[in-house]
Amino acid sequence: MIKIEKLVLDKINSTYYSGKKKLAVLKDVTLYVQPGEFVSVLGPSGSGKSTILKTAAGLLRPDSGKVLIDGEEVTGLPQLVGYMPQQDLLFPWKTMWQNAALPLLAAGVSKNEAFDRVSEMLPLFGLKGFADYYPYQLSGGMRQRAALLRTMLIDSNLMLLDEPFGALDALTREQMQDWLLGIWEKFRRSVLFVTHSIDEAIYLSDRVYVITERPGKNAIEQTIKIDRPREKSILTTRDFTIYKQILINALAN
Amino acid sequence: MKKWANIRISLPPLVFFVFLVGMWELVSYITRVPEYILPAPSLIGRSLFANVSLLADHTATTLTAVAGGLALAISTAILLSLAMDRWKPLKQALYPILVVSQAVPIFALAPLMMIWFGVGLLPKVLIVALVCFFPLAVNLVEGLNQVDPEAIELMKIMQADSLMIMKSVQLPTAMPYFFSGLKIAATYSVLGAIIGEWLGARAGLGIYMLRSMNSFRTGDVFASIVVVVLLSLMLFKIVEAFGWLAMPWKKKISDYNEE
Repeated sequence: MIKIEKLVLDKINSTYYSGKKKLAVLKDVTLYVQPGEFVSVLGPSGSGKSTILKTAAGLLRPDSGKVLIDGEEVTGLPQLVGYMPQQDLLFPWKTMWQNAALPLLAAGVSKNEAFDRVSEMLPLFGLKGFADYYPYQLSGGMRQRAALLRTMLIDSNLMLLDEPFGALDALTREQMQDWLLGIWEKFRRSVLFVTHSIDEAIYLSDRVYVITERPGKNAIEQTIKIDRPREKSILTTRDFTIYKQILINALAN
Repeated sequence: MKKWANIRISLPPLVFFVFLVGMWELVSYITRVPEYILPAPSLIGRSLFANVSLLADHTATTLTAVAGGLALAISTAILLSLAMDRWKPLKQALYPILVVSQAVPIFALAPLMMIWFGVGLLPKVLIVALVCFFPLAVNLVEGLNQVDPEAIELMKIMQADSLMIMKSVQLPTAMPYFFSGLKIAATYSVLGAIIGEWLGARAGLGIYMLRSMNSFRTGDVFASIVVVVLLSLMLFKIVEAFGWLAMPWKKKISDYNEE
């Protein structure tokens, strides 16, 4: 039996047009995510990481190359996937639960049922008691968790997360990483996670793709063989440091 | 704490206003300016109260034109701006014409309305609608234009249909713009109705103003000005109240900023 990958990007080439200017963004980018696997894309800013995610979600049609989800070609077609853009994109005119319930309502779930299903998840996302708060009343970490809850409620077991913790302060960010790992262990969805933090990539992932700068190209692919569940103490282990050295070298070239 | 802040904001202009009116009263008492040139505030007050029921009738007529014109302007502006947002060629063709059309002064159009539609209610409604349409349409087009494309992308990923995208993204984005347009339109609307009435009508504040002027009852002219000002203020406040009700998130944000 042939194993079917959850997500495959096959030799994606992408160009950004601004007036007459042409800018190559991605060059032959290839990657895959296995079912239940946590994969990170690590690269400097301007390496087209967001373009990779948008292409995977079908929001962008590449110049060439294929996108496959569950073995089916879906290039350029917006797919029902757990896509979370860089900004949390919570709508300021909706309360937290209304924001989180959007994917359910879009899927035709009734308002009452959507409320129940969101409420059920709130404790796990550290948002209990905040259902009726507007986004501006929530802290940065809470907003990200609300956006992640909304993403989780999209009925798909593939998640595409675009630097979800990029805008948070260092301490909140570390808490959120542990929290995300907890959520991931519980639900075991396939994750493609974009980041420019080396530590974050190693700490969270089963595998890391390093993408070079402009145009984005595959540099290396590194499997992270550190046992799960992971704790912050692994950050100082020898294995962790070795992986870090490998990734730093890959980014430097 | 917040209430104090509000009082501090509104108290100085109030005190100054009372001071100005007091000075006016004093000056007209000392200089004995003829009342057909500049009536004292006390006289204006008296003529206001003496003609309360007459003024109320005329106000009702003017308000009818205002309400009709506003309703017409709001519905046309909403339909047209939604259509322009949906079909970009329509916007490209129509929007510049809309902007240029504003160069035509309403004083020039009002007589045409009279020629075409007589002296009844209809021409006033149309003039009010013409005056109010532009600020509404421009603000709505601008508001719909502010929609975050990433928000639309996200909704598409969730496989939301276009009705849901309209309801949960486009309309709320445009809402504050709509209400700032409506505030302007509400204040213009009374002006439009008065201009319409000046050109020919059987009743209305504009006619009351005109008749008082022709018989040198300057106190009555001032009295009708007071009514017009109060009317505009009232409409403005009503719009503001609707804005608060329609956008609870805005209300909370401004509370938040004040504290």
